[in-house]
Amino acid sequence: MIVEIGHFALILAAFVALVQGVLPLAGTMNGHQRWQALARPAAIVQFLLIAFSYGVLTNAAVTDDFSVKYIAEHSNSLLPVQYKVASVWGGHEGSLLMWVLMLSGWTLAVALFSRTLPLAMVARVIAVLGFVSVGFLSFILITSSPFERLLPAALDGRDLNPLLQDPGLVIHPPMLYMGYVGFSVAFAFAISALLSGRMDAAWARWSRPWTVVAWIFMTAGIALGSWWAYYELGWGGWWFWDPVENASLMPWLFGTALIHALMVTDKRGGFKAWSVLLAIGAFSLCLLGTFLVRSGVLTSVHAFASDPKRGVFILIFLALVVGISLTLFAWRAPKATLGGKIALVSRESMLLANSVLLVVATGAVLLGTIYPLIIDAMNLGKLSVGAPYFNAVFVPLMVPIVFLMVPGGIAHWRESRGKELGRQMRWPALAAVLAAAVILIFSERGTWLTAMGMALAAWVVVGLLVQIVARVQKPGRIPLSFWGMHLAHLGIAVVVVGITLVKGYEIERDVRMGLNDTVSIENYSFELVGLNEVNGPNYKAMRATVNVTKDQKPLEVLYPEKRRYFSSAMPMTEAAIDAGPLRDLYVSLGEAIEGDKPQWSVRVYYKPFVSWLWYGAILMVLGGLLAVSDRRYRKSALSAAS
Amino acid sequence: MKKFFIPLGIFLVLVAFLAIGLKRNPQEIPSPLLGKPAPLFSLNTLDAGGVKFGPQNMKGKVWMLNVWATWCVACRDEHPLLVALSKANQLPIVGLNYKEVQAQDAPAGRQLTPEEKLRIARERSAVWLQRLGDPYAVSVFDLDGRVGIDYGVYGVPETYIIDKEGVIRFKTVGAVTLETLQSQILPLLQKLNAS
Repeated sequence: MIVEIGHFALILAAFVALVQGVLPLAGTMNGHQRWQALARPAAIVQFLLIAFSYGVLTNAAVTDDFSVKYIAEHSNSLLPVQYKVASVWGGHEGSLLMWVLMLSGWTLAVALFSRTLPLAMVARVIAVLGFVSVGFLSFILITSSPFERLLPAALDGRDLNPLLQDPGLVIHPPMLYMGYVGFSVAFAFAISALLSGRMDAAWARWSRPWTVVAWIFMTAGIALGSWWAYYELGWGGWWFWDPVENASLMPWLFGTALIHALMVTDKRGGFKAWSVLLAIGAFSLCLLGTFLVRSGVLTSVHAFASDPKRGVFILIFLALVVGISLTLFAWRAPKATLGGKIALVSRESMLLANSVLLVVATGAVLLGTIYPLIIDAMNLGKLSVGAPYFNAVFVPLMVPIVFLMVPGGIAHWRESRGKELGRQMRWPALAAVLAAAVILIFSERGTWLTAMGMALAAWVVVGLLVQIVARVQKPGRIPLSFWGMHLAHLGIAVVVVGITLVKGYEIERDVRMGLNDTVSIENYSFELVGLNEVNGPNYKAMRATVNVTKDQKPLEVLYPEKRRYFSSAMPMTEAAIDAGPLRDLYVSLGEAIEGDKPQWSVRVYYKPFVSWLWYGAILMVLGGLLAVSDRRYRKSALSAAS
Repeated sequence: MKKFFIPLGIFLVLVAFLAIGLKRNPQEIPSPLLGKPAPLFSLNTLDAGGVKFGPQNMKGKVWMLNVWATWCVACRDEHPLLVALSKANQLPIVGLNYKEVQAQDAPAGRQLTPEEKLRIARERSAVWLQRLGDPYAVSVFDLDGRVGIDYGVYGVPETYIIDKEGVIRFKTVGAVTLETLQSQILPLLQKLNAS
């Protein structure tokens, strides 16, 4: 019964969302203050209804109610309770419910933290979010209800996909969804600016913190996903250019461009139309990602049960949302006043170049992702685009973006003198040349690519030191956002170091090992000393014991496992990793090889600096957090509103 | 200001491609075996006393080869459809049980002999088919996956339609859906039966 009430609450929420979309917006057109004032209470009621409905589903999961089809398909009585809670977002229907829960949560946040904004603005923003919510809620109610009953009830559930039974992955989807959905707020602000016809600096200032928060979640979500893939899939890879990964990377790139463009709109009043377009684009890419993942048009490792009906629905929704937004853009954007003229050497020009490059990079990823689909649609055959394409296209685009981080930070607004800029850049340049020289001269395996990567990282790090020194010498309090920006940029440099060194110096050995066999990599050796069967709560595993020694001295004992979950019988690899700041040792157990003497295929990897990828992401997240906690946002919102 | 319409234009082209893409199925991987004779095999069947079975036994019939295993979740999804299809007497379905017994099934420190593997596979499949219904005219066991390699099996389940001359006419990867059945398999069946 309670499950039906949850379903009913969701239906009510859809109607509330409709009210939240229509009335406040109508109010801004006919000037009815009361209609506009409906926006906030509607947002609150909608959130409560959806939260209730989500709570009902979680309750069904925790109490093993296998008469609910979704729970029977994604949970199991043997599942540890934290994974029962996580099973709610382990499948298509439940994860969409989580999606709307977050959307209503973001809307609630806008409603609560917008006291300083003009009422009409708030009404428009919440109304746009209401319309988005109507779309997603009707998608759930029409094609993907998680509240369907299964009669007769299943005796036990089919279990959560074993790949998802992992602490890293439990928080990966919520983080990513928070990011995806968060861009809807920036989108709503942009649409609201277009609707009002006032694309002034104020809307940019208001949307900046929201955009950064969404970006923080997205960064964390992508990093968690990559970390998870690294230790859970057993291949030692951390990025696969899978369509679903690309679906999260594209809005992240756009979001990054948006953060930088909004800064120009806020500070200098330039790039107005460009910022609006980026905001629309970031959210459109989120919707496009949803379409690609959920409709089954592309094959991916993130296999959601695909259903053409769902695909049609999302495509229509996507076409409506983005079509209307871009039409509105084409109609209203020409009215935006241009900012001041941009000098060739100025912070504006660098930021423009940066955002254009980010957009081009997004385009390249998009093309690679949907290329198989385009080729198929034109009847030219079926193919898949792999990592070589993405590496060949993406890396050359990222190099100038990272390069520009230094002059972009040093250059002044309006106009910078080339000579002065050059003088300030000599230390970073020297550091870059030194770094490249060290790699080329002292490293046997050093390539031009490795040298370039290290040069870029040195360039950025010394570049930001120069900027910090220059700023500290100047009088006045240094705002938190200054430190935030440099911390995030440092994060990029750290990621660049990680990628460069792992690509340049990793050693991978796929070997067959019997008991007491030894494999050596560099000065490490790995000896397989035991194989035992162990029992987990809902799986059985074959666990290998691998003694690792460094220079003949014992270092660590690793226990890679091959798990077999009772419910799916699909074998799962649990790699054993000895992680460290300078290198990871990675051992994963493959298949048993039949023969007179039992042998196992074992992957032994030496991954230098791989953890820097995630350290970098943590720095970016911290940088973002510092930036949004800057007092300036709260103060300026006040002053802008008055 | 025409340039402001550019994003809209790009988006419309994208939507057009996505719409066409929706009608396609990325799981229909063109098999190099389409139009080629089905690879021959001779495998043990579910019936312990029975003789071995191979495609040569199906000459002159249009039949379906369904690759499955009890550990395969998607197989459970498509199973009711196959049962219904077999009840409708449309065509004989041969179940090719693929790598039923995996390395982890072996007791620690010991390999299973092929005879033991066959026994385990028979037991498990019999229980499974009894519980969920048996659509298969014949069930055969590809324990070491060699036949799977011959057929280029990507993943389980996979389904092939083979004509009277023993030529593969259709292949789909993943669970057979009602839609694939109605829009592709049944029309093909009519055509093949008519010829």
